[in-house]
Amino acid sequence: MGYASKSPWVIHYDASSCNGCDIEVLAALCPGYDVERFGIINTGNPKHADIFLVTGSVNERNISVVKQIYDQMVEPKVVVACGICACTGGIFHDCYNVIGGVDKAIPVDVYAPGCAVRPEAIIDAVVQAIGILDEKSKALQAAKKGA
Amino acid sequence: MLFVTENFIFTLIGTVAFAILAPVVGCLLAGLDRIISARMQGRVGPPLLQPYYDVRKLIAKDDVTVSGVDGVYMTCALVFTAFAGGIFFSGGNLLMSAFVITMAALFFIMAAYSSRSPFAELGAGREAVQVMSYEPMVLLMAVCFFMAAGSFNVGETFWLKLPVICYTIPAFIGFLFILTIKLRKSPFDLSTSHHAHQELVRGTTTEMSGKTLAKVEVMHWCETVLFLGWTGMFFIWGNPVSIVLAIVAALAAWFFEIWIDNNFARVKWQAMLKWAWIVALVCGGINIVLLAFI
Amino acid sequence: MELISFLILFPLVIAVLLLFVKADWPRNVIVGMSAAVIAVASIALSVRYIGAPWIGFEFSSEVADYIGTTIGVVIAATVIGFGVKYKNYFAVVLAAIQVVGSLVFEFGFAHSVHVPVGLYIDSLSIVMALIIGVIGSGICVYALGYMMDFQKHLDDHGEEEGLTELQRRDRRPTFFALMFVFLSAMYVIVFSNNMTWMFTGWEVTTVCSFLLIAYTRTEEAIRNAFRQIIMNIAGGIGFLVALFLAVILANTLSFERFVLIGLEHPEIVSVAVCALAFAGLTKSAQMPFHTWLLGAMVAPTPTSALLHSSTMVKAGVFLLIKLAPLFMVCTVPASMVVLVGGFTFMLCSFMAISQSNAKRVLAYSTIANLGLIVACAGVGSPEAIWAATLLVIFHAAAKSLLFLCVGTAEHHIGSRDIEDMDLLFDRMPRLARFMMLGIMCMFIAPFGMLIAKWATLVSFVEAGQLILILLLAFGSGATFMFWAKWLGKLSGIAGSPENVELTVHPSEWISLVIMACIAVVACIALPIVSNAFVEPYIVSVFGVLGRDVTIDNLWISSILAVFVFVVLFGGVRSSKKKRVSAYLSGVSVDDATRTYRNSLSGESVATSRNLYLDSYFGEDKMRPIGEALCGAIIVVALLASGLVVPPIL
Repeated sequence: MGYASKSPWVIHYDASSCNGCDIEVLAALCPGYDVERFGIINTGNPKHADIFLVTGSVNERNISVVKQIYDQMVEPKVVVACGICACTGGIFHDCYNVIGGVDKAIPVDVYAPGCAVRPEAIIDAVVQAIGILDEKSKALQAAKKGA
Repeated sequence: MLFVTENFIFTLIGTVAFAILAPVVGCLLAGLDRIISARMQGRVGPPLLQPYYDVRKLIAKDDVTVSGVDGVYMTCALVFTAFAGGIFFSGGNLLMSAFVITMAALFFIMAAYSSRSPFAELGAGREAVQVMSYEPMVLLMAVCFFMAAGSFNVGETFWLKLPVICYTIPAFIGFLFILTIKLRKSPFDLSTSHHAHQELVRGTTTEMSGKTLAKVEVMHWCETVLFLGWTGMFFIWGNPVSIVLAIVAALAAWFFEIWIDNNFARVKWQAMLKWAWIVALVCGGINIVLLAFI
Repeated sequence: MELISFLILFPLVIAVLLLFVKADWPRNVIVGMSAAVIAVASIALSVRYIGAPWIGFEFSSEVADYIGTTIGVVIAATVIGFGVKYKNYFAVVLAAIQVVGSLVFEFGFAHSVHVPVGLYIDSLSIVMALIIGVIGSGICVYALGYMMDFQKHLDDHGEEEGLTELQRRDRRPTFFALMFVFLSAMYVIVFSNNMTWMFTGWEVTTVCSFLLIAYTRTEEAIRNAFRQIIMNIAGGIGFLVALFLAVILANTLSFERFVLIGLEHPEIVSVAVCALAFAGLTKSAQMPFHTWLLGAMVAPTPTSALLHSSTMVKAGVFLLIKLAPLFMVCTVPASMVVLVGGFTFMLCSFMAISQSNAKRVLAYSTIANLGLIVACAGVGSPEAIWAATLLVIFHAAAKSLLFLCVGTAEHHIGSRDIEDMDLLFDRMPRLARFMMLGIMCMFIAPFGMLIAKWATLVSFVEAGQLILILLLAFGSGATFMFWAKWLGKLSGIAGSPENVELTVHPSEWISLVIMACIAVVACIALPIVSNAFVEPYIVSVFGVLGRDVTIDNLWISSILAVFVFVVLFGGVRSSKKKRVSAYLSGVSVDDATRTYRNSLSGESVATSRNLYLDSYFGEDKMRPIGEALCGAIIVVALLASGLVVPPIL
């Protein structure tokens, strides 16, 4: 286990969902589940975050916002698309303004489908994301040493 | 006389020792703080070493910066915190320690300002108001200490017949009040808070990331240790047992601060400034008058 | 003795010479050379007499007395002339009272008293001589480049700005002549043991500053100049009263004798001390007389620097520090000085928070610091005087540096508003560093200023001045606030340097570097400064050494200061780290200008201003309180000591 996996700080952004997935994500982060046990903190600031939880599809209006938040996150970073809209556009995929899943804007590491996404799926996705975060962190360290 | 005495050497040794030990103690305290807070909220809370994991992770993150200089300013803040601690724990001058730690606060403020981010700048402005709010009480506390102990030198307490607290209860109460501001605990966490769900995002530290943020965390650890040291200092007298008492008192004060943190909502800076100054005037003023005439 | 006469006379000769030099280059040469000569002579003086106790020089001359009287008449005539021209009859009346008073004094009283030891030197006058000689003449050098820009601006834009021909006229020969007369007058003040000569020097500085403030001849300048002259002539009349009382009651005009007599019979000199203290308070711009110093801000920056940091106001505190032993025994004037100083320190620090004009912030901070020095002098204990002297030294060095920085910045960024100094580090990297250095020297830990403040605090505690402790504690909090937010504005680096400081005149750089070096050296060599300059004075006056800060702590601060200097000039630079944009909630458009997309898809710029806390610390709130309070204190003190006169007579 690397250091990154022990303190994964998340940031949550709601692109354009029906809010079902947001409620599920925030419910999973609420004190009742006490994710702080695993060092998880909902930071609300891209500069501090390691894992980017996006809900909802990307549209013309928010694509730049999603990109910007992603860009402002510091390497190593992982993106989790929470819910089917974030994965593919979901039932909104053929709306006039919808571009599609989050992967149309930024590289996505973990897809967690569902409508709304189930807490088990979110937890599973974050656990996978932590694994990827660790790998990326190691790669970054290796690159730093090499450089 | 132009030459230094052995106290000077003690200070340097103390600084090095503080720079090594305070982060360890402070880290454990921070972990304990998070567990206690979680328990107060009916949660289990993170592992004891969580603050350490956080900092290790932050150090491993990529180096990026908005202003290019915030890292340098934070290094200065860290160095001055170490000096302030070294001066205090080597039995040096309390006033000097207080001034040097203010210097650390200044560099922290400059680091926040340097990003020119609206959130960070606002946080920095509020941090400056915080310093302005607690500074009078810190000075008055030091003066009361001086009048009670006969010296600003913290080491002198070990030769006292009675601990300083016997003469300085009002000043100690005032000090506990501003300790909340100094530790940036709610209701006075105006410039930054634990989490970024506020109008200021994360205020002073909004633009800091990676190593720079790690330095902020470590600085907070050291500050906590130093301020608890100040608290304990009130309870020391010429009896070795008093050290235990001082540690217990400091931990009790610290527990009290966590309790306040979890039970009070944030106030506006106007209220903070007003109350901090009123408390300083009343507690500090009364105590000084008492000490002068009794 | 020869050096002292040289220091007094040489600037006068240069002043006369400069009056007739109209072209730029000969003026540059003359000012540059003579400034160097004055500086070297001052340093030579300090080397020759370093650590000296009080040394008197037998020197008395009827001629000098008459010259003094003549100067007094000329001064009064100048003031009356201006007063009539600009219809300010209050000034005319005051000047008339003063000239009549001084003539009566000179021919009715002074001749009966002979002062054999006319000149003297001690460690305090060495300190002052260094400040005047090095910092003062440095400011003169700075003025060369500054006034060139200033005049150029008047020539190019004066007409558009609606200035009359009179206001645009090139008055630089007079300007530089006045600067040098000023220096000479200051030397007279610090070296004269004969109180009438001191008084002459005192009046010369008053009238020089009057003419320098009125330099631009705009309505505002004239108004502020008259405010200055009225307040300072009032102080001068106080000085004159003190002279009368010294002759009548103590039968001496030698300052040294005066102090000795006072120590033995406090009741005799009490009134005279009160009058002298009053003069000192007006000169050092304590509340309620602080407005003249604020008004002096309209003058060209070198004037403000010269008035504020090194000379004019320091004359006031110099006199008060000299009187310190008497404050130990005379309760009434001591209480007056202590309270006025303490309240001025606190209230002016508060008011500085509410200011965004850099020069006004500097002015308020100057008044506040002088208040602290005044309060220390009023306490009068050896420890307090140690602190006061250090405050004088560090304030002079740091403040003149700051004034000159602000002046240069103003000419190159077109504003003296702190809010416009955003990113100064990019635009003028060297200047911003100097400015930051100056600010840090003014208030933060390892630097001399703070050490002095610390000593002040301790001496207040030891003297049992409880009110002063409270005033100092709250004032210091405010001090942090207004400096920190200014420093914060300077601290940023954006990364696209568009350097505008390449056009700064070399003369300005030279003096800025000199000032910065003085500040740096003084901070690093703090223990040595204390040992070589301050402690000998304390010992010579009080017979014992009083110093509340141990040598260890002085060395610790010296080390910390070195660290800060290294960081400031070596560490703070654009790093090679990856640059990212600032967080603007994910909707930024242009990072360099902090522009973001607003909810109407338009563009907004995120701006933030510093906190000014106007509703608490605004001038309109603090000023009436301070003026009423300090005014009342002075009136009560003067009345109380006035009541003592009849019984003695």
